Amino acid sequence: MTADLADVPALRVDPLLDDPGTRIVVCCGAGGVGKTTTAAALGVRAAERGRRTVVLTIDPARRLAQSMGLTELDNTPREVPGIDRSAGGALHAMMLDMKRTFDEIVEAHADPGRARAILENPFYESLSAGFAGTQEYMAMEKLGQLRARDEWDLIIVDTPPSRSALDFLDAPKRLGSFLDGTFIRMLSAPAKAGGRAGMKFVHLGMAGLSMFTGALNKLLGAGLLRDVQTFVAAMDTMFGGFRTRADATYRLLQANGTAFLVIAAPERDALREAAYFVERLAADRMPLAGLVLNRVHGGGAAAHLSAERALAAAEGLTEGLEEGGRTDGGLDGERDAERGGPGREDAGGEAPVRAGPAREDVRAEPGAKRSAADPERAEATAGTPGGPDGAAGDAARDGAERLTAALLRLHAARMRVLARERRTRDRFAALHPEVPVTEVAALPGDVHDLAGLRTIGERLAESTEGPGGPAGPADAGPGGPGGQPAATA
Amino acid sequence: MTGKGGTGKTTVAAALALALAGEGRRTLLVEVEGRQGIAQLFETEALPYEERKIAVAHGGGEVHALAIDAERALLDYLQMFYKLGGAGRALRKIGAIDFATTIAPGLRDVLLTGKACEAVRRRDRRGRPVYDAVVMDAPPTGRITRFLGVNDEVAGLAKVGPVHHQAQAVMRVLKSPETAVHLVTLLEEMPVQETVDGVAELRAAGLPVGGVLVNMVRPPLLDEELAGLAAAGPDADPALRTELAAALSRAGLGGAQRGGRAERLVTPLLRQGREHAERLALERAQRAEIDRLELPVYELELLTDGGDLAGLYGLSAALREQGAHK
Repeated sequence: MTADLADVPALRVDPLLDDPGTRIVVCCGAGGVGKTTTAAALGVRAAERGRRTVVLTIDPARRLAQSMGLTELDNTPREVPGIDRSAGGALHAMMLDMKRTFDEIVEAHADPGRARAILENPFYESLSAGFAGTQEYMAMEKLGQLRARDEWDLIIVDTPPSRSALDFLDAPKRLGSFLDGTFIRMLSAPAKAGGRAGMKFVHLGMAGLSMFTGALNKLLGAGLLRDVQTFVAAMDTMFGGFRTRADATYRLLQANGTAFLVIAAPERDALREAAYFVERLAADRMPLAGLVLNRVHGGGAAAHLSAERALAAAEGLTEGLEEGGRTDGGLDGERDAERGGPGREDAGGEAPVRAGPAREDVRAEPGAKRSAADPERAEATAGTPGGPDGAAGDAARDGAERLTAALLRLHAARMRVLARERRTRDRFAALHPEVPVTEVAALPGDVHDLAGLRTIGERLAESTEGPGGPAGPADAGPGGPGGQPAATA
Repeated sequence: MTGKGGTGKTTVAAALALALAGEGRRTLLVEVEGRQGIAQLFETEALPYEERKIAVAHGGGEVHALAIDAERALLDYLQMFYKLGGAGRALRKIGAIDFATTIAPGLRDVLLTGKACEAVRRRDRRGRPVYDAVVMDAPPTGRITRFLGVNDEVAGLAKVGPVHHQAQAVMRVLKSPETAVHLVTLLEEMPVQETVDGVAELRAAGLPVGGVLVNMVRPPLLDEELAGLAAAGPDADPALRTELAAALSRAGLGGAQRGGRAERLVTPLLRQGREHAERLALERAQRAEIDRLELPVYELELLTDGGDLAGLYGLSAALREQGAHK
C-alpha cells in the first residue's frame, strides 16, 4: 500500500529546541496548514524544556492569541502566563503590528522633525499599511530587532499568510529595492539618477519623464504624486538603509543558529507548496531543519484491519440486519427509501461528490439507516453465535450490530484517508528524501488553550512512525514514547 | 469568490464558473493574484494575459479564463489614454510601472477590479453581453473588503482625473445587485470565524454578500443515536463492549473472548467512533454559526482524490443541483 518509509529521516524536534545553538526557528508554509499553531506549540514546549523563548506571531486567530494571553496588538513581547518555568525557561509572545514597526524604524533613523514629516505624509500611511510586501518586511525587521536585543535564547517566528510561501523571502528585498529604486530617486532628483536604464530614459528626453509624471498626476491626482516626492525627500537619509537592512535580515536567515521548519498538511496543494519551499531554501542556502506534517490521520491499533475487510464485515452485519426484513424499528426508513440507497461506497468516502441539496440529506446516515432485524436470521447469516438471549438482549444486540457496522465503515473511511495521505506524503518523500519529517496527528477541534498547545507539542516531538501511522488519538497509549527515533517501517 | 487560505477558494470559483456556463452560456473566470491556480486546476499551461477558452460545460456552455496582471493592465491603460508608444517599455524597465502599481493606495486593486468590471460590461456587436457571468477568484476573506472597497478609497484620494471616474464606475458595478460576494469555508472553527467576520465587514462596506459555500464536507458516518453510543469511546458500558465484540466476531473478524482478535478491535474502533462523534458535534456548532448569518448555504463534498478535473465537474453539478447558479 505504501512505499518504504524507512529511509525518510525523522525530524527530532526536542533536540532541535534544546540545542543552545538554535537561536531562531522560522515556521513557513502555505496558508491554512496550522503554521501559527505550530509556532505557538513549539514556543510552549521550548519554554517548558528550559529555554527563554519568544514567539513572534503574525495575525493569529483570536482564540489562539488568547491562549497565549495576547489580547492586543502592541508590538511588545509579553510574558505568557501559565507556563511551567521549573526547568528555567520562560515564554514571551507578541503579535506583529506592522505599521508600528515601520513607525519605529522611521523614528529611530530620522531626527524628530523629519520623522514627523514622514509619519504625517499620506503616502507613508498607505505604504506602511498597504504595500504588498510591508508585512513580510516588517516581520523580518522585527525578527532582527528581537535577535539584536539578545534577551532570549530562542526566537520562534511565524510567517505572514502570503499569496505564496515564497513571498516572505522575496518581499523584504522587493520593498528595499522599491524604496531605493531608480524611479523613486528620479522623482526626487531626476538629474542625479544613474544606472543604464536611467540613462536610457534620459535619452527618451526629460520630456518623457515629465510626460509620465504628468500622466501619473492625471491618473492619481496631483496631490498624491506631490506627497510621494515630499516623502522621498524626507526619507532621503534612510535610503539605502532599507536595502541594507533587508540584506542583513537575509543573512541572519542564512546563519547557523537559524532553522527553517516547513509546515504542511498531507494534501496535494500544501505539499506542492512545501516542495517549492524546500527547493527555494536550498537555492538560497537557508538551513532547513525539516518538514512538519500537520493533521495526519493514524490507523490506530486497528490499522491491520484493511478498509476492504472492514467494509465486507460491515456489509455482512448489515445484510444480516436487513434480511430480518422488519422496518418498524428502522431509524431512517423513510429517508432510506427516498434516497434510493446510493450505495455504501458513499460511506467509505469513495464517491467524488454527493450533491446534497438539502442539509438533512447530507447528514443522512448510511451506516445507521438500516432497519432493525431479526437477530436469529442475522445470526444464521453471519454465522458465529454469541450474545445474550431474550427480547431485551435482541434489542441490545441490534443496537450493537448497527453500531459495529457503522464503526467498521468509519474505520474503512479512515483507512482510505490514511492511504491517500500516505500517497501524497510519499510523493513528497520521493522528491525530497533528505528532508526529515515529523507528523502531527489530527485533532478533532481547534486549539485554544495552553493544554492544547502542549498536546500539539508532544505530538510534534513524538514523531513515531510505523505501519500504523503516527501516534494519534486513536493509538497513543499511556506513556507514549517521547522523542524516540522514528522510521521503523 | 473569497475564502480563508486553504478552503479551496480557487476550486470552488472554477466550479461555479462551470455551473454558470450551463445551457450554452458563457462565463469568464478571472484570477487576480498571479498564482496561476486556474491553469493548475484545469491542467493547462500558465495563462497569458488574455482571455481564452479553458473548458466546455455540460450542455455546451463555455468557460473562459483570464489571469489579470496589474502591470500589464496599467500599461494598456496608459497606452489607451496617453499613447506612450515605446516609452512604456522603458518605464517598465526603470521600475516606474512597478512603482505606480504598488505605490498608490490600491491602484493595483483598482486595475484588477477595473479589468473584471470591464469584462462584465463588455458587449458584442449586437449589444449583448459577451459574458453571461464573470467569476473572480478574489483575494482571501481577510483582505476582500479592502480589495473590493479600494475604489471608494481611491475615488477619495484621487479626487479628479480618469482614475477617479474609473473608481466610481467600478464601485457602482460592485455594489449593484448584479454582484455577489460568495465566501468559501470549511466546517472548522477558524474558517467559520473568518467568514462571520468577513460577512460583517462586507455588509458594513455596503458590498452585496452572496452565499456561504461550505467546502470539503465529509459525510457523517454515525447518526445521532449511534454517535451517542460511541461518545464514551473505549469507556463505553462493558455490556456494550461485550456486544460489540460479539458482533465483530459474527462478522467474521475473530474471537469475541477477552484477548480474541475481534475483542481487541473494540477499543480502537470505539476510539475512532468517539473522535468522529466529537467532530460531528463541532461541525454542528459550526453549522449553527453559519446559519446565524441568514445567507444561502451550499455544501460541497470532499473530493477524495484531492481534486482533479472530473472532481471539478462533479462540484459544479453539485452547485447546480443546489441552485447556486441561479
